[in-house]
Amino acid sequence: MNLTLKIWRQKNANSKGAFVTYNLEGASQEMSFLEMLDYLNSTLIGKGEEPIAFEHDCREGICGSCSLYINGRAHGQDSKSATCELRMSRYKDGDTIVIEPWRSKAFPVIKDLIVDRSAFEKILEAGGFISANTGAAPEANSIPVPREHADKSFDAASCIGCGACVSACKNASAQLFIASKVSQLALLPQGRVEAKLRARNMIAKADELGFGSCTNTGACEIECPKGISLAHIARLNREFLKATL
Amino acid sequence: MNKLNTKIPDGPLAEKWTIHKNRIRLVNAANKTKLDIIVVGTGLAGASAASSLAELGYNVKAFCFQDSPRRAHSVAAQGGINAAKNYKNDGDSIDRLFYDIMKGGDFRAREAFVRRSAEVSNFVIDQLTAAGVPFAREYSGYLDNRSFGGVQVSRTFYAKGATGQQCLLGAYSGLIRQMSLGKVTLYSRRDMLDVVLIDGKARGIITRNLVSGEIERHSAHAVVLATGGYGTIYYLSTLAVGSNASAAWAAYKKGAFFSNPSFVQIHPTSLPQLNDYQAKLTLMSESLRNDGRIWVPKKKGDKRHPNEIPEEERDYYLERMYPAYGNLAPRDISSRAAKERCDAGYGVGKTGLSVYLDFKDSIAKKGKKVIESKYGNLFELYEKITGDNPYVEPMRIYPAGHYTMGGLWVDYNLMTSIDGLYSIGESNFSDHGANRLGAGSLMQCACDGYFVLPVTIGDYLADDIKTGKIPTDHAAFEEAEKNVNDKLTRLISVNGKQTVTSFHKRLGKIMWDYCGMVRNEEGLKKGLKLLEELKEEFWKDVKVPGTMDELNQELEKAVKVADFFELGRLMCQDALNRKESCGAHFREESQTPNGEAQRIDKEYSYISTWEFTGEEKDHKLHKEPLEFECVKPKERTY
Ligand SMILES: Cc1cc2nc3c(=O)[nH]c(=O)nc-3n(C[C@H](O)[C@H](O)[C@H](O)COP(=O)(O)OP(=O)(O)OC[C@H]3O[C@@H](n4cnc5c(N)ncnc54)[C@H](O)[C@@H]3O)c2cc1C
Repeated sequence: MNLTLKIWRQKNANSKGAFVTYNLEGASQEMSFLEMLDYLNSTLIGKGEEPIAFEHDCREGICGSCSLYINGRAHGQDSKSATCELRMSRYKDGDTIVIEPWRSKAFPVIKDLIVDRSAFEKILEAGGFISANTGAAPEANSIPVPREHADKSFDAASCIGCGACVSACKNASAQLFIASKVSQLALLPQGRVEAKLRARNMIAKADELGFGSCTNTGACEIECPKGISLAHIARLNREFLKATL
Repeated sequence: MNKLNTKIPDGPLAEKWTIHKNRIRLVNAANKTKLDIIVVGTGLAGASAASSLAELGYNVKAFCFQDSPRRAHSVAAQGGINAAKNYKNDGDSIDRLFYDIMKGGDFRAREAFVRRSAEVSNFVIDQLTAAGVPFAREYSGYLDNRSFGGVQVSRTFYAKGATGQQCLLGAYSGLIRQMSLGKVTLYSRRDMLDVVLIDGKARGIITRNLVSGEIERHSAHAVVLATGGYGTIYYLSTLAVGSNASAAWAAYKKGAFFSNPSFVQIHPTSLPQLNDYQAKLTLMSESLRNDGRIWVPKKKGDKRHPNEIPEEERDYYLERMYPAYGNLAPRDISSRAAKERCDAGYGVGKTGLSVYLDFKDSIAKKGKKVIESKYGNLFELYEKITGDNPYVEPMRIYPAGHYTMGGLWVDYNLMTSIDGLYSIGESNFSDHGANRLGAGSLMQCACDGYFVLPVTIGDYLADDIKTGKIPTDHAAFEEAEKNVNDKLTRLISVNGKQTVTSFHKRLGKIMWDYCGMVRNEEGLKKGLKLLEELKEEFWKDVKVPGTMDELNQELEKAVKVADFFELGRLMCQDALNRKESCGAHFREESQTPNGEAQRIDKEYSYISTWEFTGEEKDHKLHKEPLEFECVKPKERTY
């Protein structure tokens, strides 16, 4: 099939970017979205042009590297799906596809479609862990965890740190990202000890880094490739309240 | 020269690790703060090592090529992590886990290493649980287990189909904590391109900053490689696209020995290749074989929809051929059986290169809900990619390159043959012999990183407490940096016509065809010739656009592919040398009357360890005899 692609090109962090239009012939519905970009790049290289830089690694929706805004949607139109899981069978001959990097001040563009997400790491550094040194752990079965809690904790922990939530939020809030970590650990007895402090410190850090506040629009939940629920934000808020009481 | 001293302590097998720990030298807490350690790689091995070393007081510099440590390829492991907890009371023990790994590896691993990992495995589960890994639980609140291929007990801990992600995030959170305390400095988006030796000791690395393109020097008192596996040499594999051999290869060319390079595990349950554009193959976890039955039609070229093929016309070939283990036969055996059926004309799908993995019976017996709770995310993944719903029709699967048992040679301290250069996790060759059992890699990575290396590295660093900072203006850094610059310049200046990826695809095909699931002398020789020709073509006609001093993904790929050409040659040579079959290494010339791998213990009961002797020169083989105190190598029947 033939496609019209409008892709954000930007040489580096310091230069100004712009959309460039490419007419791609010979793409196939059997390709994944990223394979379509691979194919575009091979044609660009063939023509002596510079290929488009985009991030990817595992290509099965778990590493969180890929990060594209596709026709105005984070990770494209499919729900619970990362860009690398998006298939070209979702498009048809003659379609126009607009591809942008994450749009958020907290994630500056490095080149073309690649952004800097290291702000997430800084938020985690503020408390996204249990302070358990190697060697100090008790026998694993000495801490029973109700299965329901373990399952919920897993759901929260399935965050892949891609940044779609921030990018989809009109306030550029990192609340869902923070909530996933706070909730995962707060649901486990091992993580309860530091739960309140964790919530407070991570939120304070996000504020400091310029992430916006949460106004419960729910856009993050819709765009999250792992379907992480807003209920975790409610838990985060409860932990935060406890910490400030 | 005795570079191949394994340093395995004397004493009974079960006591060796304790004896060793009690005997080796330590560095006291105050002195640790004077010592710097570079850890390249932030997967389960690297992240657990970096955080544990930092907790001890060492100053750690951690490197990865992704934008964040959390994206290391360990994140993609699905099925589980083994430990000998015996929570199921089904007869498991450290000794049984040890034996299963030895047998699974077809008796080509060192006993002392495997015994140690089996022993340490239980602490790993404790540690990861304490770090907040949400492992699956039973209704009692205690940890659940499942079984994996090649074993008869239930010892695999899991977190749905995302065990690797959860274990890695557990280790990563420890790393993050040490970053927040200033004990770990993270260097992400860096490719390590060389290791720097001063007076024969590893004292630093050369990296390329993947954003600015800058070539950087980093020094330390010791360097740890935790850079993962090189299964991407086949181009299509279950590994992340960026996985590579370049760090290990740079070490090899500086004098670190490489063992069993041709031992590559081909995983039986990957999605088949769907088209020519495909950049990778997606794994369907082996855990699916607990509830899925593998079959092909009894009739050649049967084109009916699988649901229309009646029960009596299906050949559940694993159950037929390996009644004791059935669908849970080990990976190498299951993979070859699938290839054999497909080559004989019974394969299904458009290309005839796939077999069915069917959940019909389990769904009927246990209910859809139970199956969904166990494998929901894998079923979703499958449907997303293929458009087929595995709840109503069988999956189609085919073997794919998956795990490299081969890797850098290490001694009992996990040190390579270069002083002060260590290798942990999949990047070394230590535990898995000629075939790795499922859920054994995460286990080994975490054992190495959390519990072995942090203890053993002190034995070496004890000599360095007075050394002081290692300066990066030493001539050795100068020279290494120059070599790196030359290599990159050379790649860019070829300025040919063909893309790096097109070469990688062709290279991968050669490796798959001649050094893949089945090998023979003629094929390997042909593979070597084809590799040589393609390598020449690469250096004449590859096109690497852009420049060195910018973010340049084609240049990154080019480095990796250039190294794969050299490693590919070593793999073929290694496979040629080993005329026996063992584990995943199947030499057609050496099979039992029923077509199983035939080991030849009298001649090949050794580890093949290779030494680099110079560009374009032959690699030199050292044979390290395998001695078995506790297990008796026997034919591997399942
Ligand atoms: C799809 C899949 C599923 C699997 N499932 C299981 C399972 O269920 N159970 C199990 O036990 N095992 C499983 N395995 C195997 C297991 O996941 C890996 O062997 C293991 O995670 C490897 O971990 P590692 O820490 O050694 O390396 P990795 O996790 O691969 O990490 C490598 C690190 O090195 C860095 N790196 C590499 N090269 C360079 C370089 N040149 N410069 C700088 N940095 C570099 C990377 O950035 C990364 O941080 C699976 C493997 C695959 C592919």
